[in-house]
Amino acid sequence: MHMADALISPTVGFTMMSVTAGVAAYSIKKIQSDMDEKKIPMMGVLGAFIFAAQMINFTIPATGSSGHLGGGMILTALLGPYAGFLAMASILLIQALFFGDGGLLAYGCNVFNMGFYTCFIAYPYIYKLITRKGLNSHNIFIASMISAVIGLQLGAFSVVLETLFSGKTELPFGTFVMLMQPIHLAIGIVEGLVTASIINFVWKARPELLEKVAASESFGTLYLNKILKGFIVAAVIVGGGLSWFASVNPDGLEWSMQKVAVTTELSTSDEMHQIFSIIQEKTALLPDYNFKGTEEKTVSENENTWPSVNIGTTVSGLLGGAMTFALAGLIGLIVNLIKRREDVSASK
Amino acid sequence: MTNLTSALYNIRLLDDLAKKNTPIHALHPLVKLLTTVIYLAVVMSFGRYEISNLLPFIFFPLFVTLFAELPLMPIVHRLLVVLPLIIGIGILNPIIDNHTVTILGANFSRGWITFLSLSIKCILSVTVGIILIATTGIDRLAVAMRMLKIPKIFVLQLLLTYRYITVLMEEFLRMSQAYSLRAPEQKGISKHNWGSFAGQLILRTFDRADRVYQAMLLRGFSMEYNVGRIEKANFKDFAYLTGWCLFFVIARIYNLSLFLDSLISGVVK
Repeated sequence: MHMADALISPTVGFTMMSVTAGVAAYSIKKIQSDMDEKKIPMMGVLGAFIFAAQMINFTIPATGSSGHLGGGMILTALLGPYAGFLAMASILLIQALFFGDGGLLAYGCNVFNMGFYTCFIAYPYIYKLITRKGLNSHNIFIASMISAVIGLQLGAFSVVLETLFSGKTELPFGTFVMLMQPIHLAIGIVEGLVTASIINFVWKARPELLEKVAASESFGTLYLNKILKGFIVAAVIVGGGLSWFASVNPDGLEWSMQKVAVTTELSTSDEMHQIFSIIQEKTALLPDYNFKGTEEKTVSENENTWPSVNIGTTVSGLLGGAMTFALAGLIGLIVNLIKRREDVSASK
Repeated sequence: MTNLTSALYNIRLLDDLAKKNTPIHALHPLVKLLTTVIYLAVVMSFGRYEISNLLPFIFFPLFVTLFAELPLMPIVHRLLVVLPLIIGIGILNPIIDNHTVTILGANFSRGWITFLSLSIKCILSVTVGIILIATTGIDRLAVAMRMLKIPKIFVLQLLLTYRYITVLMEEFLRMSQAYSLRAPEQKGISKHNWGSFAGQLILRTFDRADRVYQAMLLRGFSMEYNVGRIEKANFKDFAYLTGWCLFFVIARIYNLSLFLDSLISGVVK
């Protein structure tokens, strides 16, 4: 479920980054106030555990295939939602930096999709609700299963929305949802089963680990309201502040709004787009650089308005692109040659 | 992530690369982080149909790789692992977007253009991410994060997670080898052992965390993670940041590929 940078527009990326930063700041504040200083290394170690556990292949019965763990629910059940969310954020940052799983720009989206729903929705409203009368293996099983499935379903739906708002793929909303939700239902069931087995094992071997977390957190609707308020404020500020970016970018929110909400383009951004086009036209080095007679005719009138493919530019771009590559290769070759000479002279 | 040994190898390789002594490695970590984030934002701001505009952005990872003396193969290897995910999503574009466009006399689905654009963006973003960590290292990156006022708890926790990963993966490797030797011809861990296998690892983890924490306290740990002294940003750092930002802005506004094409065509004529 890791989203790559390539699927994200800067507007969506930065908006989600600030929303995630808001939730993380709130979590930090909460764990600082009831700080058990042993929790910091514990968070680190459990984060590393999830990292390692994600590599365990669990055989899925009757299918012959195997799946792996997401780990959000285990972190929350053992650390509580705030520390769990922060531990998940660390894991995802390391995965993005060292393994290219998810990207830096998509980091906020990934933490939100994989951390927020499990820690702040599934855990307090499903897991805690089912286990409120006391822990036993039956309760733990049902609570883990349902919260893992719901957490993953919400996360997957979030991926769909973020991708559509970024407008990087052609997938229509309905198709994308129909692709994502059933796949993540299957993954969620495996995740739920594995999570339930692990939490049950820990509960039988060391019940105090789970009981401590269960006793330390009292959940009401208050903290969620605060988070949601912060979420809305951050989204409005960042979304509003960066909307100019979406307007210059012919591929931003508007396309997806049209696709998703069946609304027409906002007139203001259309004007903005025109203004920017005029500025760009005036400042362009090669304003009329185009292949004559290759105007796109097969694309219908309304599709051609925005976004459009300029074939003339594409063809010229291919040639230019090839030259760019050639130039890049040449530079690489020259630098390498110089370096080799330097090495040889240094060894002499 | 393919498997444990390759993950461990990858982490250690990137750690080793980050210790090199090149002009790029010597740059201030915050400068490198900011340049990378700006680069990503600019590259991702291009529309779905942009291809030629994106190509000049290859110069940034190219220059950094060359001057930081990074080996190409590990980066290519990472790309090969990550690219199929993007291809999986992008390959539907040509099927869904059935508008045809004519390029050089041949008819193509317009989706191919978006697919190619998506793939280029993926290659560029994954590459710069790996380059950032391979030239900076997690410790120095943590310093940059602290400078950006990211709370100490989060940064400390991140560094501890990173440090524990190798410890835990080695622990897991031993367990998994022992299990697979006792369960030949079996793919993965059987469902009867899910709880006990991962649960055992978790319990060992808790005990280990406790021991590590006690050891840290005995060595004077006071919620600080010291990474040594980081020099203040100097002229070279500012020049690096402004130079690249200038390039990104120019390449974002003007199509440098077209410019190059016209320049060379002009010279040839």
